[in-house]
Amino acid sequence: MSGFSQALWVLLLGSLLGLELIGKVPPTLHTPLMSGANAISGITVLASLTLLARADGNPALLLLGAVSLGFALFNVVGGFLVTDRMLAMFRRPGGKPGSGTAGGR
Amino acid sequence: MEPTVIDTISGVLPYAVDLVAVLLLALGIKGLAKVRSARSANGLAALALGLAVLGLLFELQPPLLAWLGIAVGAAAGGLAGLLTARRVPMTAMPQTVALFNGCGGMASLLVALGVALYGGVAADAGAVLVERLSIAISVFVGAITFTGSLVAMAKLQGWIDTPGWTQSRLRHAVNIALAVAALVGVVALPADPGGAALWLLLLASGLLGVGVTLPIGGADMPVVISLLNSYSGVAAAAAGFVVGSQLLIVAGAMVGAAGLILTQVMCTAMNRSLLSVLFGGALGAAGGGKVGGGGDEAGYTSITSCSPEECALALECAERVVFVPGYGLAVAQAQHALSELAKLLQANGTEVSYAIHPVAGRMPGHMNVLLAEADVPYEQLVEMDAINPEFPRTDVVIVLGANDVVNPDAKTDSSSPLYGMPVLEVDQARQVFVVKRSLGAGYAGIKNALFELPQTAMLFGDAKVVLNGLASELRELGVGRVKAA
Repeated sequence: MSGFSQALWVLLLGSLLGLELIGKVPPTLHTPLMSGANAISGITVLASLTLLARADGNPALLLLGAVSLGFALFNVVGGFLVTDRMLAMFRRPGGKPGSGTAGGR
Repeated sequence: MEPTVIDTISGVLPYAVDLVAVLLLALGIKGLAKVRSARSANGLAALALGLAVLGLLFELQPPLLAWLGIAVGAAAGGLAGLLTARRVPMTAMPQTVALFNGCGGMASLLVALGVALYGGVAADAGAVLVERLSIAISVFVGAITFTGSLVAMAKLQGWIDTPGWTQSRLRHAVNIALAVAALVGVVALPADPGGAALWLLLLASGLLGVGVTLPIGGADMPVVISLLNSYSGVAAAAAGFVVGSQLLIVAGAMVGAAGLILTQVMCTAMNRSLLSVLFGGALGAAGGGKVGGGGDEAGYTSITSCSPEECALALECAERVVFVPGYGLAVAQAQHALSELAKLLQANGTEVSYAIHPVAGRMPGHMNVLLAEADVPYEQLVEMDAINPEFPRTDVVIVLGANDVVNPDAKTDSSSPLYGMPVLEVDQARQVFVVKRSLGAGYAGIKNALFELPQTAMLFGDAKVVLNGLASELRELGVGRVKAA
């Protein structure tokens, strides 16, 4: 892999970004946030796809890639849908914003 | 040869797509942390992932045979994910997240395995070393995430208990031995990818995931899941190093870091340090007592039990009622019965609210989700810090399937394992009714002093049956009907 140090910078900056992004979260959203973040970690589909595309006809690699893609997509699709299902329940009757437990915004 | 405009565009396009995807992902995570934007942010993150996948497919131009693998894998995984997400009950949310998470770790692990066994893509010697180290890390973290998540899921689902031997000091020795074995594998792997080192690493990491998760008590499981969630981000980032995808590295790192923050927040809410969660064993097990499960009933001396009629009479003349829902409520599927009872009381002019402990349910925010499902207005859910000062002017508190989060020992008894944990101060209220199936111990396995207080009365029975009984008693008393003149 070319540009290893560049990749390390990317890792560092990505981590710092992650630390900054969710400084304050109302407890209400902890479960959906965990679930959503979990779905995003299924982005490893990209690695599975790369493996498949570079398999070059090797049946074992194709199989590993396909199984890995299945696991990753299970994580992504299930994760996003379940998060959406949870968040869909947080509707506010009367549409009054900024009330209830949403103290930390 | 002079590159054409088309060449330039298709050379730059993948980078542009990656940048947009990173931006959308970051906005997605940020938005997920706010009530108003959470749902659209979730969609945004999903969009970003879809975009990244399309961009990558355009860049890689997979051959026909690869498309076959893509189609099969995508169909199987996508369909399974869709069905699971649709069918799973809201009460089972923590274990579902654990399952998804474990599968994400497994995916990273398999990619690393594939590259290790069937040759990498790195060109020069330095890059080969980096690639093989990335493989080692990816296998290590991926395997721990997978087995750890599955154990966490099985524990929450009630499939496995905490075995007694895992509470002895022996487990530290076993885990240290496994960690050393895994480390040997990591060090030896770069010299011989695909050889014995790989399998040693895989086996040791997998067992380490089990060995670390198994001794942890059910009450601490949310913290573990959150931590494992962070690990799966790290596993994804490591897989990014393996296949050379910067987008994967950024996204994995973001999730890893965000997961760590969330883990810390949960630990704070339970007044536990991450170290004591990971290495302290199950709460309440130190004295050799049973963990979770039944507990013994002999420890209680002065328990007052009462009938639904008495409780209904107290509710009828109460001006202010606070419900304290716990996981037991969700297990009994009694959220809707509770919501009905609350509506009756409100029709009677009673002020109703719900006290939500930060870790009520099985993970932070879980109870909010469950009550929202039962149409409880968002405004009536009050967090611990806001409701604690209100208890002294509360007439009736009804505790439903909650135990440890209302235990006054946490404030007063320094010998209690719960000591220092922030609790709902329901003992300050005028009257407390505890709806409970039996006098069994809570999830932490600890006796609750609240049950013996003079103002406390126990209503034994299934939460749903008791709540329905209360509602019908209230109706008989004429509550909720249009006021007769």
